[in-house]
Amino acid sequence: MKQVFTRPDSLKDVPTHFCPGCNHGTVHRLVGEAIDDLGLRSETIGVASVGCSVFLYGYFDIDVIEAPHGRAPAVATGAKRARPDRIVFTYQGDGDLAAIGMSEIIHSANRGEDITVIFVNNTTYGMTGGQMAPTTLPGQKTSTSPYGRDVAKDGAPFKMAELLSGLDGVAFSARVALNSPKNVLMAQKAIKTAFQYQVEKKGFSFIEALSSCPTNWGMSPLAANQRVVDEMIPYFPLGTYKNRADL
Amino acid sequence: MNSAVTEKIFVKGNEAVAMAALEAGCRCYFGYPITPQSDIPEYLSRELPKTGGEFLQAESEIGAINMLLGASAAGVRAMTSSSGPGISLKQEGISYMAGSELPGVIVDIMRQGPGLGGIDASQADYFQATRGGGHGGYRIIVLAPNSVQEMYDLTMQAFDLSDLYRIPAMVLADSVIGQMKESIVANPRPVVELPDKGWAVRGRQEGTEQNVVKSLKLGDGEMEKFHWMMHDRYQLLADKECRWEEYLTDDADLIVTAFGSTSRISKTAVAMAREAGMKVGLLRPITLFPFPKRAYAALSEHCKLFLDIELSTGQMVDDVRLSVARDAEVAFYGRPPGAGSLPTPEELFEQIARHYRACPAATEVTL
Ligand SMILES: Cc1ncc(C[n+]2csc(CCOP(=O)(O)OP(=O)(O)O)c2C)c(N)n1
Ligand code: SF4
Repeated sequence: MKQVFTRPDSLKDVPTHFCPGCNHGTVHRLVGEAIDDLGLRSETIGVASVGCSVFLYGYFDIDVIEAPHGRAPAVATGAKRARPDRIVFTYQGDGDLAAIGMSEIIHSANRGEDITVIFVNNTTYGMTGGQMAPTTLPGQKTSTSPYGRDVAKDGAPFKMAELLSGLDGVAFSARVALNSPKNVLMAQKAIKTAFQYQVEKKGFSFIEALSSCPTNWGMSPLAANQRVVDEMIPYFPLGTYKNRADL
Repeated sequence: MNSAVTEKIFVKGNEAVAMAALEAGCRCYFGYPITPQSDIPEYLSRELPKTGGEFLQAESEIGAINMLLGASAAGVRAMTSSSGPGISLKQEGISYMAGSELPGVIVDIMRQGPGLGGIDASQADYFQATRGGGHGGYRIIVLAPNSVQEMYDLTMQAFDLSDLYRIPAMVLADSVIGQMKESIVANPRPVVELPDKGWAVRGRQEGTEQNVVKSLKLGDGEMEKFHWMMHDRYQLLADKECRWEEYLTDDADLIVTAFGSTSRISKTAVAMAREAGMKVGLLRPITLFPFPKRAYAALSEHCKLFLDIELSTGQMVDDVRLSVARDAEVAFYGRPPGAGSLPTPEELFEQIARHYRACPAATEVTL
């Protein structure tokens, strides 16, 4: 019988530490597939960030550098400048990328670094126990916004895919979701395009993946999946915001 | 670059650092403007691309140190430079580099502080440099040039030592050494056998192990083991790499000790004291970490009075006190950094004479 669903070679055959219903595992898989499909495994350098995805090196069977919290795009810049013939990607959460690391992400995008950034937006700080993130939705209760995010006080959530698409250095910027097979397939295509653009040295490529965090949302995996549809996608519309191929 | 150069050239201290980096095979430089070190990025922005290297002005010192981390992790020689406020911002990255056993050269042309301070010469970042500077308990190699020639030579050595020991290395100078011009010989790179960087991330090749550069250590006993391993490595550094200069110490009854620009002024003052008949010498540490403890231990066998001079209220003096024999006395003279606080040779001569007269072992001298 023909096997139609296998683990990508770029991923190790190990169980992950992710909570049930967490989309980090899905995104790992899609990144692994893109690397495999494009035949990039022996040339790819991953840059892990600080958050629930810090164990990137434990799941990907590729060379990995661990970056300080928020600094992955700067670390990736250094690695790419040192080895321009390599494929370099970062994998970052929303606290990492859009709070402490806002300067690094904006500047590396603006420089048009030939790197790919995988941004997992789960509207909370997962690893530290569900505090308010720069992408926490208006009114959303977290452990540090117990009365709900107050936009008048905390500002509105950052829409990173849109924000970065305004920068000239960005070749590709898309927002995807992982809540349904259809969206996973779209995410798969977008992630592959992002890596493909790096291969073609088109410039900075960015994927924002709307992701669930059942643990810190205090929801079952199914309810969390539904929240992505009911609350996240309306606020963070899916789509491709920048595609240099279109220009 | 300068591999055939033996004639003298007249350059600024900061330029000598940049020239040495090129000669040492630095492939990437990342920096952010700050006085008094900006000649380094300015020089490298012009010259590094000509050698096929990468110059990048980062968005901040945080960006720059993390770019250094990334380039070093990818196995190339890389450098950053800054001064007080910027070096403070780099500490997070330096701690990660130390925890990841990454080499990399950091140049600190010290200016005054705390805070914005000012741009005059200072030695008040001795503690920050020699104690690691960031969190977690680590040390970095610290080299302290006192001439433009040494800015060149020690920058080259910083690259070698850093690669050899897989510890970040800092060239710690002050604005006097960075800004002054002297004639130097831009020596061709001394040939050093360096280990292959088999640990670097390059893209995992078929049939090879995955390379991971990280500081996270969660395994049972893993972190403790790491700390003891680094402790041993620091000890090895101390055994093999301590460097210092002695001037007229053989028969000295008082030994002045100073590093960087103050050691230059001190040397003149020591010569003045000799002319006045005082048996005075100078001990100048060149490596601040590892600190040349054994030089102090050996000299304090016969010389029982040391005078430590710094542009601060006293930092290196702690290390001097820990290094000399128990019955040796360590006096201190400091000029905390600031405009107009650079001591003159006459001023230091006065200090030497004052302590010398009070010293019981001192040979009789009439002034
Ligand atoms: C400088 C610094 N500040 C704070 C932390 C603590 N910390 C670890 S992970 C994290 C946030 C993680 O959230 P996110 O980036 O959204 O990723 P997630 O865990 O949700 O995937 C924080 C604040 C740290 N490691 N370093
Ligand atoms: S805490 Fe949230 S983001 Fe982290 S592994 Fe669990 S579900 Fe995923």
